[in-house]
Amino acid sequence: MKRVVIPAALALLVAACSSTPEGGDQSGAPVESRAGGPSVATVTTGGVDGGRLPAVLTDPKSILSKRSVYFDYDSYEVKAEYKDLVTAHAKFLTENRQFRMLIQGNTDERGSREYNLALGQKRADAIKKMMALLGAREDQLEAVSLGEEKPKNEGHGEAAWAENRRGDMLYSGEF
Amino acid sequence: MSEFSIKVGFLRLFAVAALVLLLRPAHGQLTVEITGAGANRIPVAIADFGGDPASSRIVTSVIRADLERSGLFRMVDTSGVAMTEATAPVFTDWKNRGADALAAGSIGASDGGREEARFRLFDVTKQSVLGGSAFVTSKATLRAAGHRIADIIYEKLTGEPGVFSTRVAYVVRAGAARYELHIADADGQNAQVALISREPIISPSWSPDGSRLAYVSFENKKPVVYVHSLASGRRVVVANFKGSNSAPAWSPDGRRLAVVLSKDGGSQIFLVNADGSGAQRLTTDNAINTEPNFSPDGQHVYFTSDRGGSPQIYRMSVSGGDVQRVSFEGTYNVSPRISPDGRSMAFISRRDGGFRLSVMDLASRQVQVLTDSNKDESPTFSPNGRMVLIATEMGGRGVLSAVSLDGRIKQRLSIPAGDVREPAWGPFNR
Repeated sequence: MKRVVIPAALALLVAACSSTPEGGDQSGAPVESRAGGPSVATVTTGGVDGGRLPAVLTDPKSILSKRSVYFDYDSYEVKAEYKDLVTAHAKFLTENRQFRMLIQGNTDERGSREYNLALGQKRADAIKKMMALLGAREDQLEAVSLGEEKPKNEGHGEAAWAENRRGDMLYSGEF
Repeated sequence: MSEFSIKVGFLRLFAVAALVLLLRPAHGQLTVEITGAGANRIPVAIADFGGDPASSRIVTSVIRADLERSGLFRMVDTSGVAMTEATAPVFTDWKNRGADALAAGSIGASDGGREEARFRLFDVTKQSVLGGSAFVTSKATLRAAGHRIADIIYEKLTGEPGVFSTRVAYVVRAGAARYELHIADADGQNAQVALISREPIISPSWSPDGSRLAYVSFENKKPVVYVHSLASGRRVVVANFKGSNSAPAWSPDGRRLAVVLSKDGGSQIFLVNADGSGAQRLTTDNAINTEPNFSPDGQHVYFTSDRGGSPQIYRMSVSGGDVQRVSFEGTYNVSPRISPDGRSMAFISRRDGGFRLSVMDLASRQVQVLTDSNKDESPTFSPNGRMVLIATEMGGRGVLSAVSLDGRIKQRLSIPAGDVREPAWGPFNR
């Protein structure tokens, strides 16, 4: 997971800064202009830098280093086997109110991209709801979806799909 | 010379010449392959244009390729013929060659040191003139002049407007962390890069005037909806609420967008102004509601919802009321797109485990499955409503495929060794 320190407001700022078209190296580019239609300027989106997290969140021996909840096909129910994991993260957020969490829902590749985005949102929402019931505050949590766009496993069989039907819990500094 | 009265000003091109320096040509060009053609193709002869040989060759080949690619025309051999728009055709010769129609033209000097592409179209059977035009052009815009001429020939011979001068947008995955939003001519040429990002870009949607694209970018680690002005590269965030923001669709008047927001929980359809202000919620239940698409009259919004237990297509009034279910066959019907004449709906239906492009006649609710592929996605109508462009998969790679509404004509658009997806066919180039 690429690390970035970038709260939403700052992210927007980065996006705004990055919208300056890169024109410097384009002189003489052999572009054929279109009749009647507008020409197209190239934009490159901004990159972002990493940050640091407390060891308890990253130590492989700590349950908090585990960040993924897996779902059954076409389901957005958090299975019983993930209750301890979600509870541990909810406790951490309750005891560390300065931390925020981004919950990213993911789906397998089958079907419409936008419908899968909505399915992933259902998964992220389910984890968020559980987290909130266990004491995390609404303003610490954001549930978003990556749909089928960021598969952990780029394969095409059931094994890959199972890995991609997933919700990931990221802390401030990780997204 | 009254048939030369349609004089389309290509002068606008010179006004934007300064912007050419900002443009970045794409590395991979789309190549178009015809994989199916119409049953009764009209035999047409396009004589080699007169004038400067290099310029004439470009214009002639663009016209022939456009007409041939449409699947509606068969090119008649013109070898050994030297003529221009000013030559009186020997109609019996063309009849013997099997042509129903004949076009001839030339590239010549115009006022002010510019060039002019002129042509005339003849009906061989009736031995009459069908039409003609002159276009001010330049070396850099010869292909565009060819597309304009092909559009006129297409319209004169089929009765519907041609789409050779239109553009398509699509996303190329150019590496593990490189996504590019491309804009190319309808024949795949002249591809330019509008956006480069390390994160995915999905759901591009053209503003009705063709100047802007709305899309979803994940560059901030979550889906955010942008509106991107193509000439300047200026981008405006129109939806970046808490949660996910996705599925932008323009209203036909270009003033508003339907978007899907999860800020209130779940995925709900909202209307926002094109600058992102004034979000107004349309759907109110707890189910998934996504993939909004306006009817051409702006009165209805079609969308996908799982409110009935499986994803199906519904329609509501633009104020959110009067919801009706539209799709019934099968357990997975998604991605509705309404044809420009409002009569048909293209969508993706799961049939025998495959996701296939289908078309519904909205009056009779009759459904026709147009492909036998497994991974069709993201249908988009050509502005004349004759073709539907989709993303599909060929040999593990993403390619685009254009399919005629009757399923007969098929074209495949691909980039060598590249992964292409998320097509959006732009409006008529006015």
